[in-house]
Amino acid sequence: MMRFSIQTIPFALVFLASGLTSVHAGEHVYSANNAKWKTECGACHLAYPPQLLPAASWRVMMTQLDKHFGADASLDAKTAAEISAFLEANAGRNKREATGKPSQRITGTRWFKQEHDEVPTRIWSSPAVKQPGNCAACHTQAERGDYSERSLRVPR
Amino acid sequence: MKHLSHKLIILLALAATGLAQPVFALTAADTLRQLEQSAKQTDPNFKGVSVQRGERLFKATHGAEWSCASCHTENPGASGKHAKTGKLIAPLAPAANAERFTRPDKVEKWFRRNCNDVLSRACTASEQGDVLAYLMTIKN
Repeated sequence: MMRFSIQTIPFALVFLASGLTSVHAGEHVYSANNAKWKTECGACHLAYPPQLLPAASWRVMMTQLDKHFGADASLDAKTAAEISAFLEANAGRNKREATGKPSQRITGTRWFKQEHDEVPTRIWSSPAVKQPGNCAACHTQAERGDYSERSLRVPR
Repeated sequence: MKHLSHKLIILLALAATGLAQPVFALTAADTLRQLEQSAKQTDPNFKGVSVQRGERLFKATHGAEWSCASCHTENPGASGKHAKTGKLIAPLAPAANAERFTRPDKVEKWFRRNCNDVLSRACTASEQGDVLAYLMTIKN
């Protein structure tokens, strides 16, 4: 009996650890990191976490970077390949988002709208926010991948 | 403050061993010389870069929504802001930002992207030289 419980400890620890990871995911803290993703995507806007779109969306986006939301964001092939692999490996796995035409707009996903359904219009259009893609206006630690309620400060 | 002095010591150590050298491959003046050479090779009528032409190109719109100044502002010695996302852009003039125009891959990437956005086509080497010549006249 004793031997049995000692053997189960490592399994229990693994189980606990995986439990903690999912708690984190539930709190919207994203830790996946890649230096090229951070530098290149973060040059013009916040480097949005790969988890926020499904792999199919990232795949399409990365082949159309020369027409990226109205701007040319093209990359050399080697850098684009590295970033694509990182985005797809860490992409969101929400099955409902994965159906239909892959959307490139994070703020257009069903998930985003549900998460933000209590945010009034005047906040979105306030000078401090201006547009829904401006995560850091309210998510003060967005630059570090932390979108938790703890770090949330909605500007008045 | 303690953190800063640590960084400073590391930088000084790197500089002393010559390791800090490869960080900036070129100076902005080197980049300008390369653009001039490339312009000479591609355009037999090239008669040198022009600060005035560069300033005009930088500040005017060219059929599209944005000019260079839309994001980099009318004063390239100051910080700019992305016209769409609002993200802070470090100053473009080499006098205000020593990193600018020191890495050929970055120079190529940003002229390619931004000329496409502002002029809806690639810029010639001569045009790139004009803009850089103008930016090099900005004093910090």
